[in-house]
Parts: sequence; C-alpha cells; structure tokens
Amino acid sequence: MDNILKIENLHINYGSIKALKGISLEVNSGEIVTILGANGAGKSTLLRCISGLIPVHKGDMLFYNKSLKNREAYHIVIDGISHVPEGRRVFATLSVEENLNLGAFNRRADRQLVLERKERAYSLFPILKERRKQLAGTLSGGEQQMLAIGRGLMSDPKLLLLDEPSLGLAPILVKQIFHIIKEINKQKVAILLVEQNARKALSVSHRGYVLETGNITLKGSSSELRNDKKVQEAYLGGAALKNK
Amino acid sequence: MKLIIEQLLNGLTIGSFYSLIAMGYSMVYGVMKLINFAHGDFFTFGSYMGYTLLVMGITFITSTLGVWGGMIAAMLIAAISSGVLGLTVERIAYRPIYPAGRLPAVVSALGASIFIQNAIMIIWGPRPHAYTSDVIPGFILNIAGFRINILQIIILLLSFLLMGILYYIVQKTTFGAAIRASALDRETAALMGININLIIFFIFALGPALGGVAGVMVGMYYRKISFIMGWNFGLKAFTATILGGIGNIPGAMVGGLILGVLEMLGSTYLSTAYKDVFVFLVLILVLLFRPTGILGEKIAEKV
Repeated sequence: MDNILKIENLHINYGSIKALKGISLEVNSGEIVTILGANGAGKSTLLRCISGLIPVHKGDMLFYNKSLKNREAYHIVIDGISHVPEGRRVFATLSVEENLNLGAFNRRADRQLVLERKERAYSLFPILKERRKQLAGTLSGGEQQMLAIGRGLMSDPKLLLLDEPSLGLAPILVKQIFHIIKEINKQKVAILLVEQNARKALSVSHRGYVLETGNITLKGSSSELRNDKKVQEAYLGGAALKNK
Repeated sequence: MKLIIEQLLNGLTIGSFYSLIAMGYSMVYGVMKLINFAHGDFFTFGSYMGYTLLVMGITFITSTLGVWGGMIAAMLIAAISSGVLGLTVERIAYRPIYPAGRLPAVVSALGASIFIQNAIMIIWGPRPHAYTSDVIPGFILNIAGFRINILQIIILLLSFLLMGILYYIVQKTTFGAAIRASALDRETAALMGININLIIFFIFALGPALGGVAGVMVGMYYRKISFIMGWNFGLKAFTATILGGIGNIPGAMVGGLILGVLEMLGSTYLSTAYKDVFVFLVLILVLLFRPTGILGEKIAEKV
C-alpha cells in the first residue's frame, strides 16, 4: 500500500500514566482517516505525538518511510505534516494575515509563494480575506476555526492533522467545516481527523479507527464502522442511522 | 517657554536611552516571561567596551575615523560585545533552569546582574570613568536663541532610527510576527515551523546589543560612567516597560520616552531631588488605572 504515515506499536506515557498503549495505524495518500474515541482516550495525544509536541516512549512513526521519532516539531512541519490543534489556538493579537503568514514561516523568503498560498486559503475561506487586517482574537469561533485550518494549509502539507475542528461550532458551521475538509482532501491532502462528532466524521472519511483508553479496539472502512453495533451505541447516539 | 522646549528635548534624550534598554527587557519578557534583571548590566558593559575602545585606544581610533567615526565604531563594538554577553548569560544562567519555572530564572537573573557588575568592577576598577572630551563629537549650535548640542540631536535621531528598525522587524515582518506568536503561545508557534531557539537567539542578541549602544550614548551624553549605573538605568527602563505595557515593543518605546520627559519636567518644575518619586508616582497611577500599561491590551479569546 502507498501509505504515507505508518505508526507501529506506539507507546506514550505521561509520567506513570500510559496514554497510548501500543497502537498501530496507517494513513494512505489521498485518504481521510477518522479516529473515534471518548474524552481521554488518547486521540489528541496521538496527534500531538505525530507533530512532535510530545516524545515517543516506545514504537515508531514513519512518514514517507522516514522516522518522525526524535524530530523537532518545527522540522516535522517542513517534512510536510501540519497540525491544526484543538481549540483553534489562533494568535489572538496578530492579524488574520499575520496568522496565515506564520503558517508558511519557513518559506517566508519566497514572497510570491506565500502570496499564492494565501490566495488559495482565501479562496477556500473568503471571509478571511475580508477580515485579513483584523486581529484574530476578534473573529467569531467559526472564523477562528477557518483561520486555524487555513493557517495549517499554508505550509502546503501532505498530511493534515485536524483535532476537533467542529468543537463548539453551530450546526450550520459544522456542516461548512466538513464540506471544506472534503474540499481540502480533493486537493490531494491526506487528513487524519479526530472528531467528537462521529456521524459527521464518518460521513466524510474513508476509513476509521476506534481508540479506547489507549488501545485501538476497532478499525475498518467508514461504512463498516457506521454499521457496527458497538460504534452505533457508543458514538452515534445508539439510534440506527436513518439517513444513511 | 524656552526652558520647556529645552527640557523636553533633554527629556526625550534621556527617554530614548530608557526606550532602547526597555525594548530588550520587553522582548525577553514577552517571549520568555522572564524579567531579565541582568539587562541593565549589558548596558553598562557596552558603555565600558565603548570607553575601552575610544579612551584607551584613542590615538588610533579617533585619529583614523574622526570623532563621529569613533562614536559609530564604539557603538558597534558595544552592540557586538553586549550581544555576545547576552547570549552567554542566557546559555549559562538561564537555559539550564528554564525547566525549574519562572521564579528560579528571575533569581538567577539577579545573580547574573551582581556577577556582571562585579566583573566590570574587577576589570575596570571601582572608580567611575570618563568619556574624555577629545573622543566626544558634537558642537553647540545657536538656533533662534536656543543653544543646542548637535551630539544630542544625533543621539536622538540615532535612537529613533534604531527604534524604528526594531519596530519594523517586530511589527511588520513575518519573523517579527513569529516573535510575537512565540510570546503568545510557544507550542502553537512550533506547529507553524518556528524554531524557538532561533527566536531566543534573536532576542538575547538584539536586546542587549541595543542596550550596549545606549551605553555608549549615555557615556557621551553624561561623560561619566560607573560600574553600577546599569542598576539605575535598568530600573528606569523596567519601569518604562511596565508603563508602556510589558511584552509590547512599541509600548516600551513610548514608555521610555514618556518616562524621560516626566523625569525632566519633574526635576525642572518640582524638585531635582524628588524626580524619581515623581516618576514612580506616575507608574503607580498607571498601574492603578490601567494595569496593562499604556499600550498593553488584552483581547479576550473567543471560545
């Protein structure tokens, strides 16, 4: 398989707490992969580990067959992985445009390239262009999420890590964000998606994994997961999916 | 009227010294959340390095470059040596104890300050030194009844130029945005591909370098330098930093200028002896009514 990210037997400890207990997963090129799981299952931990924010305890992560272990977070961005963190984390006292510029920090010398990528982000999120001079902290929650995603795309990643992109957003915005996720994926960006909104997440993704207290307990295509009894009960609110 | 204008000019000059020092304080605080108490001593060190170059090496520096060229050379030497000292102190005194938290680093900064002060005292001796008049450029101009020393004007212009350059870097370039972003949220900055060590290198080299340049300016303006002068100037600059809003670079510039002017006006119209009381009174008032400083503002993050 042409997997671009391959995680093998990954262990992560926070002190004496074992957050991830030997998980393995892959992301193939052009795929959207969802990770389902309750709060505290280790989903964000996994993403934070891939992007180099927390160290690996055991196991390995390969990106295009190159190990990400012991690589600094800022190198991993250059390698082609972009992480849009939970809670958006936009730089509140910087303008929208500055936030976007920072997404392409390592290519800042190439003004033309940065400009092109910014235009691409603006075409995905026209509202950001309107608000480009505004401070990011003055944007609404939905706009901040758009900015966070747009900023994440500025480094032209091959793999985008999205942590709870719909968290705290109104239903209409949730719909919009998931539409954008599909759009981004069409531009040949693989996406690893962590989402509480399992129904929405499975509707856009190709495959998924279920993470429970540090272990992967189930994996399969999105439709398999949608029809799985346990998944339905635990993550899809129990009721059978009528609209699918 | 004439007195006011002259004192305003003097106040701006002193204020620009405070501003140059304050910017380094502010940058370091912004990114590291560390009150770098050794910062005033980088300023003293720069002043002594400039003194060494000019007064001890006078025959060849001033005779080849002239007094103005000598001044520029002294400023360059001061900037470089203070910058190197700043990086060295960061590496030796701060970096090993960052994991211990913020308070130990502040204590270490105080220790570094005492260490540098004493080192300067040992190297150059405890008695004050003088930038002698043969190395100080400038002449008195009579403009419309005002007696203005051209050195003062040059110092002012140069300070504003340096402040302008730093302002441009920090506020208008992507690298500057990276500095501000690292100050706000270091982890997310790393996710943007920003190498925090590059930012730390920049602030600990440039901040002290600006302080060193101010050291040469102070030497030429007051003529007398002493190994403990960094304490007083550092304290004033720190006050300026808080006045303008700590962590805010334009705030540090404005705060320094306001402080200098207040100090001059206070000593002219109230009392020379109580000028510092006046300055700190203003600080207390600002902190009471605008705790974030004049330019400091907090934007509530929307959730």
